[in-house]
Formats: sequence, structure tokens, C-alpha cells
Amino acid sequence: MSAPVYDLVDFDEVVEKFDPALGLEVHVELSTKTKMFCGCPTTFGAEPNTQVCPTCLGLPGSLPVVNKAAVEAAIRIGLALNCSIAPWCRFARKNYFYPDMPKNFQTSQYDEPIAFDGYLDVVLDDGETFRVGIERAHMEEDTGKSVHIGGADGRIHGAEYSLLDYNRAGVPLIEIVTKPILGTRERAPEIARAYVTALRDLIKALGVSDVRMDQGSLRCDVNLSLAPRGSGELGTRTETKNVNSLRSVERAVRHEMCRQAGVLLAGGEVVQETRHFLEDTASTRPGRRKETSEDYRYFPEPDLVPIAPSEEWIEELRATLPELPWARRARLQKEWQLSDEELRDLVNAGALDLIEATVAAGAPADDARAWWVAYLTQQANAREIPLDELPITPAQVARVIELVKSGELTNKLAREAVNGVLAGEGDVDEVVAKRGLAVVSDEGELVAAVEAALAAQPDVVEKIRGGKVQAAGAIVGAVMKATGGKADAKRVRELILERCS
Amino acid sequence: MTSELIRKTAAELAELIHSKQVSAVEVAQAHLDRIAEVDGTIHAFLHVAADEALKSAALVDEALAAGSEPASPLAGVPLALKDVFTTIDMPTTAGSKILEGWRPPYDATVTKKLRAAGITILGKTNMDEFAMGSSTEYSAYGPTRNPWDLDRVPGGSGGGSAAALAAFEAPLAIGTDTGGSIRQPAAFTGTVGVKPTYGGVSRYGLIACASSLDQGGPCARTVLDAALLHEVIGGHDPLDSTSIDQPVPAVVDAVRQGASGDLSGVRVGVVRELTGEGYQAGVQAAFDAAVQQLEKLGADVVEVSCPTFPTGIAAYYLILPSEVSSNLARFDAMRYGLRVDQGSSAEEVMAATRESGFGPEVKRRIMLGTYALSAGYYDAYYGQAQKVRTLIARDFAAAFEQADVLVSPTAPTTAFPLGDKLDDPLSMYLNDLATIPTNLAGTAALSVPCGLADGLPTGLQVMAPAMGEAVMYRVAAAYEAARGPAPTPEVTA
Amino acid sequence: MSADPGATGPTLGRDEVAHLARLARLAVTEDELDLFARQLDSIIEWVAKVGEIAAADVPPTSHAVPLQNVFRPDELRPGLTQEQALAGAPASQDGRFRVPRILGEEQ
Ligand SMILES: [Mg+2]
Ligand SMILES: [Zn+2]
Repeated sequence: MSAPVYDLVDFDEVVEKFDPALGLEVHVELSTKTKMFCGCPTTFGAEPNTQVCPTCLGLPGSLPVVNKAAVEAAIRIGLALNCSIAPWCRFARKNYFYPDMPKNFQTSQYDEPIAFDGYLDVVLDDGETFRVGIERAHMEEDTGKSVHIGGADGRIHGAEYSLLDYNRAGVPLIEIVTKPILGTRERAPEIARAYVTALRDLIKALGVSDVRMDQGSLRCDVNLSLAPRGSGELGTRTETKNVNSLRSVERAVRHEMCRQAGVLLAGGEVVQETRHFLEDTASTRPGRRKETSEDYRYFPEPDLVPIAPSEEWIEELRATLPELPWARRARLQKEWQLSDEELRDLVNAGALDLIEATVAAGAPADDARAWWVAYLTQQANAREIPLDELPITPAQVARVIELVKSGELTNKLAREAVNGVLAGEGDVDEVVAKRGLAVVSDEGELVAAVEAALAAQPDVVEKIRGGKVQAAGAIVGAVMKATGGKADAKRVRELILERCS
Repeated sequence: MTSELIRKTAAELAELIHSKQVSAVEVAQAHLDRIAEVDGTIHAFLHVAADEALKSAALVDEALAAGSEPASPLAGVPLALKDVFTTIDMPTTAGSKILEGWRPPYDATVTKKLRAAGITILGKTNMDEFAMGSSTEYSAYGPTRNPWDLDRVPGGSGGGSAAALAAFEAPLAIGTDTGGSIRQPAAFTGTVGVKPTYGGVSRYGLIACASSLDQGGPCARTVLDAALLHEVIGGHDPLDSTSIDQPVPAVVDAVRQGASGDLSGVRVGVVRELTGEGYQAGVQAAFDAAVQQLEKLGADVVEVSCPTFPTGIAAYYLILPSEVSSNLARFDAMRYGLRVDQGSSAEEVMAATRESGFGPEVKRRIMLGTYALSAGYYDAYYGQAQKVRTLIARDFAAAFEQADVLVSPTAPTTAFPLGDKLDDPLSMYLNDLATIPTNLAGTAALSVPCGLADGLPTGLQVMAPAMGEAVMYRVAAAYEAARGPAPTPEVTA
Repeated sequence: MSADPGATGPTLGRDEVAHLARLARLAVTEDELDLFARQLDSIIEWVAKVGEIAAADVPPTSHAVPLQNVFRPDELRPGLTQEQALAGAPASQDGRFRVPRILGEEQ
């Protein structure tokens, strides 16, 4: 039984005929040392089933105990999203069978989330701000991971069997659910992307997760429905999963709008279902239809006691909130005297954190900015990696700048020092020593080089003595050549003039 | 010597072992011999760990020989462990086919405490599958027989532990009590069984039946032995979020105080709703005699009313199956236990395994719980049951204003014949009428033998407020001392 | 489906029992369907008396002990080795639990 296939509708026509309603569910994996309910490590990429214990394997008799750091992270996320923090809440069991879930229920929060009713102001490309309402942020645990063997490209369909690794089972998750996002019209795809971007930056600033979409530590589900334009109704929604990049968020929204419009305009009905985003074609495909309707049979988790955060605790956590990303951007723009355009370029290049860290390590803002946006950006581009993955730290860049300021490195030598660091030859000073990059500061050596150059060009010496001081440049050049560019040109000039006076 | 040793109490054995008059190995061997002699008939044990028991006893003897203090007042005394606590060196099945042969990779906290106390674990005892049942007939490994009458049940779910005590196969045992599974078998076998305050004994490593009701506890033939064991297994456990972070009540001192025989100033409340109609005449008579005995000891006996108690059983049979349906979902053939390779997908293998690995009562309760939690029914069933639970706790609170302890018969009847209630789940459930309110409220209670009715043992239930175990043990010890030695069954192979 | 526990007549039909069995992952037999339908029906009728107690303003009790805010510090605890984790598995391969093919989607 295959569903009828409908044509996609042109995006402009969708917007003309329908109002989209968006809803975004974001799962964030916390970077706590241990899991939500047990003391197993959460690190990514370990050998399978080596980060497990009776509790996260769901062995008979095992019991959960809540990780305090995860609750604190949840409350801080809630506060940063302008949410109310529940004075009393519980965990619940969400019951359904699935092999990657060791207990066949997920310990989650249901009708008593720890944080609820907040908002996030999202700045769009044109500088306009759009407020996204936050329905709730709640705590839950991640599932294990399955590998499907025997089917095409590791997919679930057609597989002969599956292999399960429970290292990820029980890793703390915060699920952040928006209220229905209405009135977005043609900007729905852009707003979806901007929201997830802003949320990612916010959570990164809180330091509670590394929010890597590529590693699954930030995952986004896109709910979308269409209603006839101006009707004020809500249509049947689909939930698109497997949206693994910011770009995909935007494309998934766009595709679902065009697809659902196609169904509706052909007189069909949108099926309430889970769909999967396909990265290669920027389209979605339906998930398997459930044989039985969902009935998660939630009830309060009897193995865990309620959480009742005190006012004092909440205020203590509020005091730990860092400067929020948009506030920080505004401050840096002012401090570094950047135009809107310059700021946006820095943000887009991912250079803001790096420059600020370089400044924090002692470098002047101008120099730090110059290094990151020019030479280092070129290097990153040449290697086709993001700027923050270049193998050089802000502290190392600050050291290079310091050596240039003190005259120990010329700009040319400084670039060589950076190349050495990038090549993995060690820290800045090590590279300078190993590559012999230091400006020649041994006065005797320098004097000898100057005298040799003067002796080789007696005609120039005559010119200088005759008052043509600018002729000294030729001698300076010769000394620089002889020292392999490591001489301090200013000192060389002084020595030449002394000897020609 | 052997037959003498097995008839001694745990306290007496400890004394003999610690004063080196008898070795722990001899004591263990005497009980292993007794098990070999009678357990073919009784079937109290699912697994006997003879080598491990003798090894553990030898360690106690070695330590004593080296001049060390005993690891605990019960060091060297043998014990029968209900097969619902995980043990790293013995299989753990919870009485179910679905866990046949499973060797847990970890010890329950209770198991760890027993080992640290130098207690000799003889083996694992039979039980109704996943502790669901009141007769031990729902064990996947066959029923346990009541040492008083081999054609009768020993009660359940902890029939194995209680029968092991009554048949002198062990002087101590551990049970779990979700709705009476320690107390009702104690009453049926003429032994002592204690359901501690919820949170008083760690549940870590106790295979869950209903998480909010389950509680491990001590079983013995005397109140003092139960108290000694209670102090070994009780106390806070950071691995159990529902564990109470307070010292174990001083129950051994309370027993010694009670044994002096004076209960003056202690108020004893007889619960009106847990007597009279529905109670076997002999059971009622034995209970009335016990109350008179308490009065003679100086207790102030009053009648109290707990009007919601009769509804407790209905609430219980909603809350328990609901939690069971979720707790038992993990038995799915993926990670451990039985796998029935029928069907071509994980879903089919799960369903086939659960169908053939679970017995009828377990399936019935899973189905009932699945129903009670379903969308549309939750409020009427599970939600309403949780409210009844509040009302029962309020009844207890009001009654404990008028009395220090409450008393009732432990079970409405004496042990019933094997097979009698198997086809009638409802009449089986009604057996737990008097024990269930305590589990719903999380309070403490025990059962102490209170004479025979028609030749079979009956139990006196003493109930106390949460963490009020001391007064409960005191009253039971005073009654036990005044009652005199309880009759014991003759068991021959 | 009758959602009213006070209603007369059978509460549970065979179809609903079959639906519950699917939710609970039990491959019940035809005979069991009938047996469970009959037994569950009488049990449900009997437990429904919790509804007769007027308790509209009574708060529900999910936990018998009044504990709250029980937490664990974010500190590592030794767990199981891969060998221990897989020791009880019906099947394993490459350090992972081997299971029959999975039909449904992740939720
Ligand atoms: Mg979720
Ligand atoms: Zn773990």
C-alpha cells in the first residue's frame, strides 16, 4: 500500500495560499561528567558497551539516582530562556518498547517540566528581532545506539539484524520545546534556522553542552503544519526528524511547506506522522506507520523522588549565568568599534570567540582581529576546516603578537612561527628556537654583519657620509639578506649611521 | 548435634560460634544437611550454594581464630535469601523462566551487607514469579510446600523463605514485602516476618515488582533474631533514591526491653475494619486471645477505625499492576535472560519471549497495569488509586494519634490447600486485605506467631508508623515472651 | 471502548485485550485472549470501586515517603566491563548486543 505522490508547490505560492505553523523540539546532550542517573562517563566515541553499569543497562534490580549537575544545567538553561522554574516537579516514565532503550521506558518529564513558559529573542539577518515562545524545557535520558547490519548503507530497512551499544544510554538530555511559532509567513525557514542557531549559541555560552549537531549533541525535530491563509486555524502537523545541521533545519521547513501544500492543493490530507529528513535531496520521507497508536502510559517515576528547587538555589544558579551571546556581541562591537558588517563577518567566520580569547591572553584587539581574519582565515580556508579547528590556540597567537611588538620577531618571521605551530612543531617559543627565527640580537654578530656590508659597498658609504642618509637602505637590505631576515632593521640602521658619521 | 544446631535460634548460634564452641562451618554444614534431607519435599530453595556457604563460614572461623571481633552479631549464622536479590555468585531468577540461569554481574546492597556481616548465604529461596502471588504456586519452578501440612501453601510470595525457617533449613531468611509477601507467609508457617518502613532497607539489587511498594525485610523464628537481622540489612543507601537517610531504629534494644514483659503505657489499637466478618473463626479467636495477652502485659487496648482500609486492596491492585507493567518491560530478550527465537524481527522475538517466559499471573497483572495506565483510563483508575493511597495514609495518621501500634490478624485465614485459589485470582488477592494498607502508606509492620487455629499457625500483625519499628518490635517481643515457645511442625523426608 | 468504570456490562472485549497485549508485547494465544478478557473484566469491575470513594480534593500519593531533592554528585563510579555487560546476552558480536532486525523507527 503506497501513499499517493503529490507535486511540490512553488514556495511563493505556498506563502500566498497558506500560513505555516512551526514548532521546534531541540534535544541537547549535556556535557556532564556522568550520566543522568548513574556514575558512568558520557564521553563520545568510546569502545561499545564500556561505559555502562547495571543502571544504564537496565539490569533487573538496578535503580536510578539523579545527577545534581544535570538538574543545575536544566535550571540554568531554563533561566537563560526566561522560563519559570517549577517549585516542585517529578520525573515520569514514558513507556514504549524499543531495543535501544534498556528499560523499555524512558525516564523523562511529562506534565511537570522543570522549566516552562519562557521565550528566546532571535535576531534575524536583517537585524529584526523575532520572539519565539518556549513551552517547556525538561530533563530526560538518551537511548543507546544501534547499527543495522545486512541492509543497504546501514539503514534500518532491509537489515538482517542489529547491534546495540548502550554507552549513550542514560546520557542527560534537555528537551526544549517551543510554543507554536505563528505569523512567520515566508520567513518560516529562516526563523527556524535562526532560532536553532541562537539556542545553540546560548547553550554553548552556558557551557553545559558542546552542542555539536554533527555528533548528535544537539538534535532538532521540526514540526510543521499549514492552514489556509488568514483562516487562523491549525492544520495537521508532521514531525521531521534527523535534521542534523543548521542548513538542514531551514531546508526541512521549506520542503515540508512545499510538500504539504502539494498534498492540500491536490485535495489530499496531510497525514500526522513522523518523517525523516534526507540530507542529500533536502526532502523528507515518511517514517514507518505505527501498527498501534501511541500510548506512552506516563506515570510518575516511583524510583525517583520529587525535585523541589529552593528560591535560594535558583538565585545561586541565576548568578552563574554568563553574559548572553547577543549582549556580548553588542559589547564587543562597541569595544572594538566595529561596523555591523564587520561584526557580522567576524560572527560568520566564527572568529569572535577566538579574537576575544586572544585579547584575553594579552593581545591588542586590532592585532588579534588582524591575525584571525587575515592570515589564519587563509590558512583555515586552505585546509578546508573551520577557523576554530586550526591547530593553534588564542594564547599562542597572543604570544606571536607579543614577540612582534617587542621586536623579537618581524612580521615575516611571525608568520613562519605560526606556520611552525600549525605544522605541529610545538609551542611558539619552541618553533622560534627550532627554526632559528629570533631576530639577531647578538650585538657582536650584528656589528660584524654591518661592517662586512659596509666594506662590500664603499660607494654607498661615501653617499651616506655625504649626507644621503636614505642610501643606508641598501646596506640594511644587504644585512638583512646576510642574516636571513632575522636582524632588527631599526638597530641595523642605527649601527650603519654610527659607523658612517 | 546436627539436629540440635538446626533448632537453635540465630542469636544462640551466634553465641556458640563467637565463643568458638561450635564452628561456623559446622553450623553451615548442619543446615546444608538439613536442606539435603527435607528440601526435596519442601522445595524452599531454588539454588543451594553449598561450596560458597562453607567458604564464607570458613572465613568467619578463620577471623575468629585470629582473634578478630565478629564482623557483626550474626557473623557465621546461615541465611536463606529470597531469589529476588541479585547475587554475583549465584543465579538470580525472581522465580521466573524469563531469568532462568541469569547470573547478575553485581550484588544487591542487601547481599553486600549480609556478606560484610559475615552471614552465611545458604542459597536462594523460591517465590511467586516476580513476587506476584500469595501462595508461591506461581513460581515457574514449582510450588513450595508448607512444612505444617505438605498439601497446603506456605503463603507468598516469600513462601520459600518462610518454609525454610519453619522446616529448620535456615535460622534466618530475607524476604520482600510488596503487599504482605513477608508477613502472610510468616503467619502461614508460624514464623516471624517484618516489613520495615518503606525506604528503611535498600532496594538496590532487589528485582522490582512494584517500586513504590516493595520493601526487603528480615524473617526468622524469633523476634530477637528478626531484630538482629534488621539492624544488619537496614540503613541509608546512596544507590537508592527512596532510601531514608537516618540511622536504623534501635530494634534490638527494643526487643530486649519488650522481653522483660512490661507493656504498661503502650497504647495498642485494634483496627475495627481488619477483624470480624471474613475472618476464619479460629484465626479470630487466636487474635482475640493475643489482644487479651497484651492487655495483661499492661498495654492500653483501644479500638480504632480506619474506614478506607477495605478500599486499599482495590487501590493496590491498580497501583501494583501499573508499576509491574512498566518494571517488567525490560525483560525483552535483547540484553539478558531468555530469548525465544520465533519470528523475524526484534518485536516478534520480544513478544514471543515474553509470552512464553512469563507465567499466567504475571501476564494478567501486566495486562491489567497496561490497561490502568492507558490514555483515557488513567484518571479513573491509577489516579484515583493514588488518592485512595493518600486517604489510607491519613487513616493511619489518625489511628496513630490514638495508639502507638495497631494490631490485626495478619491474614484472614490459615494456610489454604495447594491449588485452591489458582483459578480465582480475586479470592487470592483478598488474602492480602490486612497487610496491604501498610505497603500503601509506607509504614512498618510485622507478623508474630499467635497460636494455632485448626492445627495451623496464625499470625498477629503489629503495625507502626514510619520509622517507628522500635515500639513495634517491643510489643512483639513482649507478646512472644508471654506466649511461650511457639509450636513447630514435624518435617520428615 | 467504554471509559466509564462504573458502566455496566463487560468493560473489556477481546479486541481490547488484544490491543493491550500488543502494547505489552505479549504474543497471547487465542485461548488466553478469552481467559484474560473474562478475568480482567471481573478484576476491573472490582478494582473500579476506588472510584466510589469521593476524593476529588485529595492529592494523589505517588511516593510513600516524603523525600525530595535526592541527588548524586557528578562523579564517576566504576561500572561494568564490556565482558561483564555482554555476559548475560542471548547473542553478541563485536562488543555489541546482537538482536533481530528492528522494524519500528526510533521515537
Ligand atoms: Mg523527549
Ligand atoms: Zn551507568
